[in-house]
Amino acid sequence: MSGRSGRGPRRAQAAALAAGETTAAFSHGSGSSREALKGRIFLAALILSVAIGLVMLVALIVKAFVDGLPRLNLDLVTSFPSSFPERAGIESAIWGTAWLMAGVSATVLPIGIGAAIYLEEYARKDRWYNRLIEANIQNLAAVPSIVYGILGLAFIVRGPLGLGDVVLAGSLTLALLVLPTVILASREAIRAVPASIREAALALGATRWQMIRRQVLPAATPGLATGMILALSRAIGETAPLLLVGGVTFITFNPGFDLSALDSPFTALPLTIFNYVARPQDEFRVVAAAAIIVLLVLLLTMNSFAIWLRNRYQRKW
Amino acid sequence: MPERMTDIEQDEGTARGSSALGPELQIAVGSRDHDPVVGEAVFDLSGVTVSYGDVPAVRDIGLDIRERSITALIGPSGCGKSTLLRCLNRMNDLIPSATVEGDIRYHGADLYADNVDPVQVRKLIGMVFQKPNPFPKSIYDNVAFGPRVLGMKGSMDEIVETALRRAALWEEVKDRLKANAFGMSGGQQQRLCIARALATGPDVLLMDEPCSALDPISTGRIEDLMLELRDKYTIVIVTHNMQQAARVSDRTAFFTVELDEGEMHRTGRVVEFDDTQKIFTTPADPRTEAYVTGKVG
Amino acid sequence: MSARDSAVSRPGSLDTARRLETARPRYGELAIAGVLFACALVSVLTTTGIVIALAEPTIEFFQAVSFKEFLTTTDWAPTFTPASFGVIPIVVGTLSVTFWALLVAIPFGLGAAIFLSEYAGERSRRILKPALEVLEGIPTIAYGFFALTFVTPLLRDLWFLGEEPALFNVLSAGLVMGVMILPTVATISDDAMRAVPAGLREGAYALGGSRRVVATRVVVPAALSGIVASFVLGFSRAIGETVIVLLAAGAIPNLTLDPRESVQTMTAFIAATGSGDIATGTITYKTIFAVGSLLFVMTMIVNLISIRLVNRFREVYE
Repeated sequence: MSGRSGRGPRRAQAAALAAGETTAAFSHGSGSSREALKGRIFLAALILSVAIGLVMLVALIVKAFVDGLPRLNLDLVTSFPSSFPERAGIESAIWGTAWLMAGVSATVLPIGIGAAIYLEEYARKDRWYNRLIEANIQNLAAVPSIVYGILGLAFIVRGPLGLGDVVLAGSLTLALLVLPTVILASREAIRAVPASIREAALALGATRWQMIRRQVLPAATPGLATGMILALSRAIGETAPLLLVGGVTFITFNPGFDLSALDSPFTALPLTIFNYVARPQDEFRVVAAAAIIVLLVLLLTMNSFAIWLRNRYQRKW
Repeated sequence: MPERMTDIEQDEGTARGSSALGPELQIAVGSRDHDPVVGEAVFDLSGVTVSYGDVPAVRDIGLDIRERSITALIGPSGCGKSTLLRCLNRMNDLIPSATVEGDIRYHGADLYADNVDPVQVRKLIGMVFQKPNPFPKSIYDNVAFGPRVLGMKGSMDEIVETALRRAALWEEVKDRLKANAFGMSGGQQQRLCIARALATGPDVLLMDEPCSALDPISTGRIEDLMLELRDKYTIVIVTHNMQQAARVSDRTAFFTVELDEGEMHRTGRVVEFDDTQKIFTTPADPRTEAYVTGKVG
Repeated sequence: MSARDSAVSRPGSLDTARRLETARPRYGELAIAGVLFACALVSVLTTTGIVIALAEPTIEFFQAVSFKEFLTTTDWAPTFTPASFGVIPIVVGTLSVTFWALLVAIPFGLGAAIFLSEYAGERSRRILKPALEVLEGIPTIAYGFFALTFVTPLLRDLWFLGEEPALFNVLSAGLVMGVMILPTVATISDDAMRAVPAGLREGAYALGGSRRVVATRVVVPAALSGIVASFVLGFSRAIGETVIVLLAAGAIPNLTLDPRESVQTMTAFIAATGSGDIATGTITYKTIFAVGSLLFVMTMIVNLISIRLVNRFREVYE
């Protein structure tokens, strides 16, 4: 194999190491039945590993259902939080989440896709500032979500933007949180459009933006939509940043149905669930569990839709 | 007509000997009934060197392309024929490391002058690629793309129909213009790409190995199309297929590859550029002869 | 028709030169490129914003509170009067929960990865891989709920080693967090192991090695830097996780290594304090940022390590 300098020796080293290990292992001359036993124990351990995750997944879903089923009815989504568990519901949470997501989409879609277009179509890889931008996006993806909450608290709720604990502040904070995800997914979707399409467009006299707008973006749209939906499904479940930006106040009203909602205090599904879980009374646990079921169903629907979208519209170039 | 070939054979004598030419090539060259081209030069290249970074891909190219003729660029792979072709419509602009030195003139005007708009260049000089690359849209939208982005005036329906007729595709698709282009066969897709290029109203058509991804029958149809188009357009074609070059082109440029001292980099040069008949029957340079007679790949 | 003919009407050089010229400079294109660049800059602005948001109050904090007190004393009571600012209890709280989480995530995540990469057939992979993705996609609030309402009571019921775990305890949070991180470890380790060339495996099999031996003695060592990268990434996620610990681990700082006790982690402190109505500019407010800075720095260091490890493992086989 033609190895570039440094790789050849390393490969050889890895191979030699492996060979040495192997011989050492084999030369321990285990009788075949002992080996078979060890093999079976090992396999059992592996299956246990896999099982643990699956078991907990199932247990979690079952627990939520068992606890929450009593309250899983229309009342749940038409009642507001109340000190009385029998009357407590998640209506304000649902509308709050809806508004939050509308704000997130409106913000992150243009900026995320715009950034992805820039990085894929315009950025020269040898320029330092482009490499900085790329490294930056990678770093942001690894920042804990609570830190985004701190950012939101310092600059968006208070500080320069000073919006207060309102929907817009929540949307902006969540938008920054999922921005790296949207950029990543959008870049992949754009990259999947073959270079031959771009060449053909440019050879016909299209400018770069004409090529992007008329050929690349339309072709990448299914991928872009899928990425957006997946990012939203992540944003919907986020609690930590909203704790700092929205607070855990008792919201017994909906944000409203016009743009003034953006300026309204709010709650969201995960926040309300948090509220209910944190209460000492057991009855609230039931409401929380029911709300968790709603959240899980919502997420399942969104993800399934995204997967369906990808399968249906994915083009085989 | 064959008479001409016989004349040439008798005139040139047997010193060089077209005897080494294979029969197909002889027939191909012989079936040309076209005078050597005289006409105004559409392209005039002198001292053209194209480099990617520090490495020259082609060096010191001098050619002239006469109008309403078909010029073929032939030679072994890696000799930079495509690179040179892409200079003619400034597609090499898209590669950041590419630099073009020398003089390239289009109808006498410097193609690489500072104030030249590459978009305008590509309107006037069209290109067809090796692998057919229609857009994932309808046939109509494919052909209409160029005129639309260039803001051409006039009835789009007319422009599309004219282009499709010129590409000998109209009869086959006139009833399904809204159908997706991907549903067509390879040969049809390539003719669609030709129609698409013609729709912007160029006077030059650059073709980069247009038939190499196609079956022989489609190839034949496109070669026939080229000969038809020659009445109105200037065509420059890069091809690996010598028979094709002999069949369709009026003049042929033979490229060769030079390796530098370290044997690391390949640079292309034009060895010989002349009327196709001459290149294939009585080439002046031994390297040309070796290539066209198949001694060298 | 006309468009075509006019193009070929014997253009002279001046005529052509003019036609090749730009009719007008393409300002629109430049503007668009600028807008797109600005979009890409938003990410840089975000990082800058985070750094500034953290740095300013932190600097002010350390003008009032000494490094020594912050990093070495063990009484964390910033909201009390008199306040004390020894951060160790909540750092230990974080590391404690993380320890138990990794105790679950590393062996079982690696086990799942070995199974997926060396044992599982195509059909199993097609079920298990999505299952792992689902596991990873469950919102942390659901995990927190589960830890508090199912795991803790279960542990308390089944406990037999001395005093049972408290209502809020490290162990529940840690175990559940471990399962949440398991898919991260499993997926990345699986990728790393699948990148090991088949030739290496085949050679080992040919020497008579069993699947177990090949997996553990050949593949895992070969994929080691990728596997360790997955551990490091899991660690990073664990220390940054908020909701599970907030709900299940406790809200009172407590310097202990006993997993049955309740502790407060750094993230829980930030969330609890930040969600209250603390006036801007007070020392308590700034404490949020000081702890946030500490968390941010820890996470960044850990992530840099994992990126270098991932690049190393990519290098060897590409």
